[in-house]
Amino acid sequence: MNNLLARATPYIQATPLLLILGFFLAIPILLLLVVSFWDYDFAGMYPDFMTLNYAETLGSWVTWKTYGNTLKFAAIVWVITAFVGFWVAYFLAFHVRSATSQMVLFLVCTVPFLTSNIIRMISWIPVLGRNGLINSGLVGAGVIDQPIEWLLYSDFAVILAMVHLYTLFMVTPIFNTMMRIDKSLVEAARDGGAADWQIIWNVILPLAKPGIAIGTIFVVTLVMADFSTVQVMSGGQSASVALMMRNQMSLLQYPAAAANAVVLLVLVLFMVAGILRIVDIRKEL
Amino acid sequence: MGSEKRTAGFYVLAAFFVLFVLFLYGPLSAVFILSFQGPQGGLTFPLNGVSVRWFQNLFETQAVGNFGASFGRSLVLGLMVMGATVLVSLLAGLAFRRKFIGASPLFYLTVASLVVPSIIVSLGIGVLFQQIGIQPNWFSSGFGAHLTWTLPFGVLIMFAVFNRFSPSYEEAARDLGASSWQTFYHVVLPMIAPSLIGVGLFGFSLSYDEFARTLMTSGSSNTLPLEIYGMTTNVTTPVLYALGTVTTVFSFLVILVTLGIILWVNRRRATA
Repeated sequence: MNNLLARATPYIQATPLLLILGFFLAIPILLLLVVSFWDYDFAGMYPDFMTLNYAETLGSWVTWKTYGNTLKFAAIVWVITAFVGFWVAYFLAFHVRSATSQMVLFLVCTVPFLTSNIIRMISWIPVLGRNGLINSGLVGAGVIDQPIEWLLYSDFAVILAMVHLYTLFMVTPIFNTMMRIDKSLVEAARDGGAADWQIIWNVILPLAKPGIAIGTIFVVTLVMADFSTVQVMSGGQSASVALMMRNQMSLLQYPAAAANAVVLLVLVLFMVAGILRIVDIRKEL
Repeated sequence: MGSEKRTAGFYVLAAFFVLFVLFLYGPLSAVFILSFQGPQGGLTFPLNGVSVRWFQNLFETQAVGNFGASFGRSLVLGLMVMGATVLVSLLAGLAFRRKFIGASPLFYLTVASLVVPSIIVSLGIGVLFQQIGIQPNWFSSGFGAHLTWTLPFGVLIMFAVFNRFSPSYEEAARDLGASSWQTFYHVVLPMIAPSLIGVGLFGFSLSYDEFARTLMTSGSSNTLPLEIYGMTTNVTTPVLYALGTVTTVFSFLVILVTLGIILWVNRRRATA
């Protein structure tokens, strides 16, 4: 009896997680897959099996352009966040000496993360706007005659805001893996006569790869799914896949949005699978 | 590295770090300052006098949508998510310490929950509730939607905690005759309590700010992030910044109070 209970324990303990993720994740996604083949009009949607939603999604030039635009955002934001994330984490892990100041400086980086994304987004408006801090500063200093128009409501603003929102997702995993690098490896490299950049390139970078991979998964999936930053910061002048879905959802075109969701999901899962081929995250926890 | 002299590289990196922190805090402080804009002031600098006009505006009912009610919903939802995340993550973390059939698929389902775009989860749950004929609501479908975002973080943190947890403490307790429940309650739980508090705070914070997953799942009443999102398109006064300041200060208070309680409990425990 006791033995049976002991064997059943992990199943009982895992059940709540399974039920919640099953009902609120697995079933909804399967349902989206089903609904993506349904018919719809302005009044509702009707069970059917038609591939029109996919034909419309994949056959439209606008979709391809939107995917191209989203991938462009993902690539640029990834490059910037990976660069910034690596050097910030490297500074914290290898140049800050006491554990306390490491922790304090890391917390300093995480505090803005506790504020709502949308607040952090709109906080750029008084900085970048036509009469914002940067423009009035530059005009006041006589550097430019006219305010720069492309600072706000542009692709530049979207990328800047995304870097602001998502860099922490890169810093944290890289910092985490770097903290576990044995400092004696760095000592050994130095004793062997390696220069600073050689230590970074040949010792630290390879060992920090898992952290970079995990950060990449976060940043890429967040950017691919982003619609509010694109909407608010581009002022409606730029598009992303998620924003396209959002617009279909507000027009109650759920089957069309579902087809889009399936395509986006497949693409994101392929990207994640590609990154996971490079690193086994289960080993890194 | 110890007591070596600082190199030029250190100063370059330190400058880079300072710039990064300024980049993180600069815009936020602009919002903070502008929320004290004078009554005639607009959305940008310069400050046109100093007032608390926009904070008052925020608490006048119906002036800018219903801030109080949406705030209350977000708070209650955050607390519900916090509790559920701690409990479910802890149980799942304990389960994954042993081998069981289906452990691997369940792990991948958890990771999937992290990488599936929020808007897809939102749409999926919205359509599901529509199809089974239940009205979506922030405390039902919204609650579930938030859990799909907080649970993977909670479970992964518990994974990390238990990977570094030495089983010898439990063996010692068992050798002294403790039952498995006593071992858990008196040995394991106190040791992992700080991590559990971390999971809870993280869950609260993620839920309190979560927006995309709430979009299709909150039913007819807004949570706070949805309210703010609505305001970005139609509010053109600094009341938006006042709301930003208030919600930010509030989430800091929650974090600080919790950390304070932890320190206080630890100190009492140390002196007792």
